[in-house]
Amino acid sequence: MFATEFTYHKASSVDQAVRLLNGNQDAKLLAGGHSLIPLMKLRQAAPAVVIDIGGIEALKGITASDGVIRIGALTTHGAIERSARIRENCSVVAEAAAGIGDPQVRNLGTIGGNVCHADPGSDWPPVLCALNARFMIQGPGDWGPQGTRTLPAMEFFTGLLTTALAENELLLAVEVPRLATNQRAAYAKMPHPATSFSVVGAAVLVSVEDGTCTAASVVVGGLVPSPVRASSVEDALVGQELTASAIAAAADRVADDLGDDVAGDSVFASADYRRAMAPVQVRRAISRAAGLSRD
Amino acid sequence: MTTRIFGSGIRRREDPRLITGQATYTDDIKLPGTVHAAIKRSIHAHARIKSVDTAAAAAAPGVLAVYTGADTDGVLNPIPCAWVVPDSDVKAVAYPAIAKDVVRYVGDAVAVVVAEDRYQAEDALELIEVDYEPLPVTVNPEKAMESGAPQLHDDAPNNQAFHWVAAGGDPDAAFDSPEVVVKDTIIQQKLIPTPMEPRSAVASWLPSMGELTLWSTSQNPHICRFVTSLVTGLPEHKIRVIAPEVGGGFGSKIAVYPWEMVTAFCAMKLGRPVKWTETRSENYIATTHGRDHVEHVEMAATRDGKITGVRSVVYAGMGAYLSTAAPGIPTILHGLMYCGPYEIPNVKAEVYGVFTNSTPVEAYRGAGRPEATFLLERMIDLLAAELDLDVVEVRRRNLIPKFEDGHDIALGLTYDSGDYQLALDTVLDHVGYTALRREQARLRQNNQYMGIGVSTYCEICGIGPSQVAGAVGFGGGLWESAIVRFYATGKANIFVGTSPHGQGEETTFAQILSDELGVDVDDVEVIHGDTDNTPMGWGTYGSRTTVISGAAIALSARKIKDKAKALAAHLLEAAEEDIEYEDGKFFVRGSPDQSKTIQDVALMANVAWNMPEGMEPGLEATTFYDTPNFSFPFGAHVAVVTVDADTGHIELQKYACVDDCGPQINPMIVEGQVHGGVVQGAGQALWEGAVYDENGQLLTGSMMDYALPRAHLLPDIETLSTETPSPHNPLGVKGIGETGTIASTPTIYNAVIDALKPFGVTRLEMPLTPERVWRAIHQR
Repeated sequence: MFATEFTYHKASSVDQAVRLLNGNQDAKLLAGGHSLIPLMKLRQAAPAVVIDIGGIEALKGITASDGVIRIGALTTHGAIERSARIRENCSVVAEAAAGIGDPQVRNLGTIGGNVCHADPGSDWPPVLCALNARFMIQGPGDWGPQGTRTLPAMEFFTGLLTTALAENELLLAVEVPRLATNQRAAYAKMPHPATSFSVVGAAVLVSVEDGTCTAASVVVGGLVPSPVRASSVEDALVGQELTASAIAAAADRVADDLGDDVAGDSVFASADYRRAMAPVQVRRAISRAAGLSRD
Repeated sequence: MTTRIFGSGIRRREDPRLITGQATYTDDIKLPGTVHAAIKRSIHAHARIKSVDTAAAAAAPGVLAVYTGADTDGVLNPIPCAWVVPDSDVKAVAYPAIAKDVVRYVGDAVAVVVAEDRYQAEDALELIEVDYEPLPVTVNPEKAMESGAPQLHDDAPNNQAFHWVAAGGDPDAAFDSPEVVVKDTIIQQKLIPTPMEPRSAVASWLPSMGELTLWSTSQNPHICRFVTSLVTGLPEHKIRVIAPEVGGGFGSKIAVYPWEMVTAFCAMKLGRPVKWTETRSENYIATTHGRDHVEHVEMAATRDGKITGVRSVVYAGMGAYLSTAAPGIPTILHGLMYCGPYEIPNVKAEVYGVFTNSTPVEAYRGAGRPEATFLLERMIDLLAAELDLDVVEVRRRNLIPKFEDGHDIALGLTYDSGDYQLALDTVLDHVGYTALRREQARLRQNNQYMGIGVSTYCEICGIGPSQVAGAVGFGGGLWESAIVRFYATGKANIFVGTSPHGQGEETTFAQILSDELGVDVDDVEVIHGDTDNTPMGWGTYGSRTTVISGAAIALSARKIKDKAKALAAHLLEAAEEDIEYEDGKFFVRGSPDQSKTIQDVALMANVAWNMPEGMEPGLEATTFYDTPNFSFPFGAHVAVVTVDADTGHIELQKYACVDDCGPQINPMIVEGQVHGGVVQGAGQALWEGAVYDENGQLLTGSMMDYALPRAHLLPDIETLSTETPSPHNPLGVKGIGETGTIASTPTIYNAVIDALKPFGVTRLEMPLTPERVWRAIHQR
């Protein structure tokens, strides 16, 4: 629990952070510290340089405009959980935040730090993917549009603990589309009792017109290295009335989407069990989104 | 008199410093010139050490020294086992401070680095090259005794650490042709105690005086001093052990560990104060674990549900070495509890202690008694199922009827007092048992699965007396001493040899003195934990501190009262027999305004200007108290759970308990102890378990994987009590620190099995993870 020696820089602006990131070899950004610090203390990560971006105010906060809610990368899970703007416009995001870790973790951990670490047990990846969120990224170059790029959530997460973020880039914000009046979203998960990490989780966004599902976005997490879109489930839902039996039948199709790459056995839950739980959590998420249950 | 202080739920007087961070723990001790130790630990569960190359580490920045087993061998004696249970062939194998030839579990020490700061010490650890020859590994206590199993110690064939049998009645005859018999194999999984404060030691050596001071996270500093003397060879009076604030122990801070001794060794070699504090990861592999039994159990009964016999064969994992008190736990504290609160005429416990390639096992909250209670409560539920009787009814038919002064059980113990039926009735009334059963039936109609678990228990607390300690092979006494000292200003100190570390006795002990002599609680301070300024004592464990130290304090207070009465009589110019005492005042019978307060008396006794002929100055008393017998708290617990059949997830919906610890000195502290105990027991039932792979690697080596109970997973715990005084000590108190842990594991387990009845599930292994429950439901 004692990190190896490193050089510490505190960045006071995005510009400075990006310059430090590009001017140092083997540098890591430190946001809320809930992923990087434990890894360093266990000596599983030993960056030569740590750039603390935790004090950059421009990266904190939640704003809404043009049908989009923008969540700054350094916004804590707790701030998201408590945000009236989020609760009004996309309550599933607040609900997902409320299920992360415990109050202490939520008060320090940030959405940006969480998604950049891309732990398979994190709640944000499947939720943001199902909601078709977009990730605003700052690369080298002048502070401004030249240095930025945007990625859809599904393209941001590329594998186990890996993202599309280049070593010299920094995540600025996540933009979540405001839900339309005919859209409903929900997230269901089995939490690990020790950490509340997702063992199996499913996030769902459905559009309903005249009682019929016209569009569906279903993404599973927890049991896979990085979020998996459950296209079979989505296809089975579209055109259906969202009854309990239709939902259950659609949810069972998730087995077709999972492939072989289920995250490995653990003492708490084997790969087989996780796989068997995927239809349950998918079903529960869809049922909640359809207003059929709160379980 | 206003509200009696004995029985008042006043706030804990130790809490302000704990809550505001002003407490001083061992790691907070900062002596000038302190250097820091870090321990190189084996990555193998079993291996021969071919070589240890420390050259690069020794040359690393800031490093003062690197020592291996070759350096400590012959300088530090092996760590002794202090509980050699008689007639059980205990193999007290050599337990070296640092392994020299063979490592026997992941975490065994192979070297220690001392550096100017801890980071340098940790960096240097990585430079030590250990060449290992891996040896075969055995971790399951039953399999370790099979022929052909890898052997840990040459002098312990078949890995047998001991073999102990206790029997009462004619147990084998009871199983000859019983009307009914139920059998089970119970796994008491290995548990990691996880106190909030990891272990730590600071050693300071004064060569000119030949004196060693050791700050240590100990539950029993006097035992630590005794063992330190044995291991280092230093005379006991030249050793001072201080347990400053200790952040929980749960049994894991009873043992004297190799690394405190190594810390002392380093301080003596280097002439600098040395600090060693374990990391949490280190705590999980190198601080003792609890439980780890494989138990084959049978219960015989008549068709009408009267238990006629219980017998077991138990394989109790000891880990790689025998820790300080380890052999006594699955034997004396487990096997002798097989009658529980029931009238069971024929009993036999056969226990094998077994060496395995895992972290040594020690006391863990309840220590042996949770395992015994689980075994009985589990078997009674199996018996109820076999006879198609309600689980409560079977208990009722077997509970020992109310008794007030002594009841002999088949295993030779004499229980102090008990009213088990009342405790059971009280908790069942509280939860509305009959209505709960109706609700369960209604829910089952809707495919909803609620379960109700019930346990009745009694346990051994107030561990003593010393005569028994000797008879059962405990390497020390079990008496306690207390000094009560009044100063001229009327304020008082209590000095005790026990060492509370979270149990709140700085408050309850002051309440005892306040109750006895009318001095305000705030005018009393309790001093404990330092062998140089407290009288001898044997430590805080086994729910014995309030029972035995508390009695010693009460008796010291009564001695002071006698002296005060004589002095007051002298000052009031009255005959001693005419002096009455009430509420802190000594007065002449019939003339209450002619009085002296305890403060008046304390002043005169301390200045001694006007003392009666022959009376010594001062107002203090010392009592050495040896309890005549154990105390036996008891109670009845009920849990209600629901099971999600789709996932196997268990929700603990309701928990209610009646615990009888005799008169309660501070009901708020009692309630807190029950809360904590119930939660820890729930942890064993639902979440916790030290899991090893076949190579002896701990798979649950961090709090990410080892699931401790968390507040949001628990319901409100409804605590009730009955009050049956113990006739065995002056206060009538019985102990409360472990009852919750003892009763809650089987209560919750039984509730889950009850919930799963519609699926025909009759057994599961703990912890009851969703996957295990789901597989049982779906038979996958």
